[in-house]
Amino acid sequence: MQIDEKLISYLEDLSCLALSEEEKVCLEGDLSKILSGMARLNEMNTENVPERSHPFDHVNAFREDEREASFDRELILKNAPECSGEMFIAPKTIE
Amino acid sequence: MLSGITALELSALIKAGKMSVSEVVNTYLTLLEGLKNKNNTFLAVSGGNALVRAKDIERKINSGETLSPLAGVPIALKDNISTKELGTTCASKMLNGYLPVYNATVVERLDQAGMIIIGKLNMDEFAMGGSSETGAFGPVFNPWDISRVAGGSSGGSAAAVAGGEVPAALGSDTGGSIRQPCSFCGVTGIKPTYGAVSRYGLIAYASSLDQIGPIGRDINDCAALLSVISGPDEKDSTCIMEKPFCFHNTDAERLDGIKIGLPRNYLDGGIDQEVKNRVLEAAKELESAGAVFEEFEMPMMDYIVEAYYIIAGAEASSNLSRYDGLKYGYRSEKAKNLSEMYRLSRSEGFGLEVKRRIMLGSFVLSSGYYDAYYKKALQIRTLIKDTYDSLFQRFDMILSPVAPTAAYKLGANIDDPMKMYMGDIYTVSVNLAGLPAVSLPCGFDKKALPVGFQLIGDTFSEEKLINTARVYQCRTDYHKRVPEGGAAI
Repeated sequence: MQIDEKLISYLEDLSCLALSEEEKVCLEGDLSKILSGMARLNEMNTENVPERSHPFDHVNAFREDEREASFDRELILKNAPECSGEMFIAPKTIE
Repeated sequence: MLSGITALELSALIKAGKMSVSEVVNTYLTLLEGLKNKNNTFLAVSGGNALVRAKDIERKINSGETLSPLAGVPIALKDNISTKELGTTCASKMLNGYLPVYNATVVERLDQAGMIIIGKLNMDEFAMGGSSETGAFGPVFNPWDISRVAGGSSGGSAAAVAGGEVPAALGSDTGGSIRQPCSFCGVTGIKPTYGAVSRYGLIAYASSLDQIGPIGRDINDCAALLSVISGPDEKDSTCIMEKPFCFHNTDAERLDGIKIGLPRNYLDGGIDQEVKNRVLEAAKELESAGAVFEEFEMPMMDYIVEAYYIIAGAEASSNLSRYDGLKYGYRSEKAKNLSEMYRLSRSEGFGLEVKRRIMLGSFVLSSGYYDAYYKKALQIRTLIKDTYDSLFQRFDMILSPVAPTAAYKLGANIDDPMKMYMGDIYTVSVNLAGLPAVSLPCGFDKKALPVGFQLIGDTFSEEKLINTARVYQCRTDYHKRVPEGGAAI
């Protein structure tokens, strides 16, 4: 699997990342190598094998649907890089 | 006096009135201050709070309140476990300065058991790595040889216990992250069955694989700690245990009737000869205690690591999308609009290994590649689970190496991710199948580096694994060895 600049740029978009030139070169090589190894999985015949996204086939452990107090807003906002009163501050979305 | 002491021995000293809880906590805090974090194991130490809490526990013990067999014992936690009184960074610039607004369920359980959290431990960034070198705050040094890695991702937890800096610790295991650092540092650890311990408050890497577990000087400490932290939790819908573990020490000295499988292809090819010898010696020891061994061929060896990294990457790319620089965590100062804020905050806040795994995850989930990679890996996961199900029809447990080598030199594998990933070949299938496993020290190589082996069991067979590990540790003393220059209290 050859990873090129175009694919790296597409993956940057999907991952919401902006890599430095140095990181791009490094990840281009790394991902080519890793994905070539991973492509070997296609040697395995998995026809009619179901997919397993979880270790067990159990149902969820449910709890009673009861109203509870939420976390303290002030404490939550303390972790925000920027906030005002009861709100998170975000940069402008429209120029 | 306390060098090499176990958590249960320490708690016995407290109960016998030979040391007060405050004295114990003070001793460890003084030790940590003196050590000046020489192995870079700790990311935070809880001084004042720990001493206040020690007084509180002391009062409860003196008034006869029943707590737990580990009451008064200090513990430290891998820094991906949320603590509302101590910052929780995941060893990442992204979460530097982040103070959770809630405790992880395991933290609440440690509190109820009367244990005292004295600090947070270094790790690979967001638990992504096998050497504890990818963190933003520098690598962890192996106390047996500081030019070598401690293993990862729970390297700080294993190295702190090995070095005597704390009697016990919690780590997390997504693909071997408790077992492998335990093997590299010569300590004991348990990766519990998926769903045995609540993940509430564990900062997620790969949610279908992550599991918190204990690290200690011996199996009895780990068993006691697992009893404390296991059990149902209404805050984690995947926590499927009906009640906490309650292990009974049978004092058995024999393993008659126990049938153990030995995967012969784990011991061919890429494994270091000395590691192989130590693992086979461990098997011999269990055999002489009455266990019966039978070799078998573990199928799909060539695909296990690849399937694991596809699934883990996919889950990581989704889990880590929450870090956007808005609600908590790092925010870039260069961003001029919302879109830039997301991209630049993530790019400046995450390290290279985290970015690599997010990109990999995005790739395997993307249109055109999903079937060939992600779907295929999920099908192989089914085959791995089916394989283990049929193996546990034949065997009570499986014995295997933990890693192909002992601890390697710092920096040796950091630029070769595929080489680093292949180091997980014996551990990742356990997580894919949700199984329990214990990692135990079984000797040293010629460089005097610890070697470990693991016992893998069927789901919720922790008691059987622990009893077998007890018999092994009654017959050997590798778990009692301490590194030269380790903490001497």
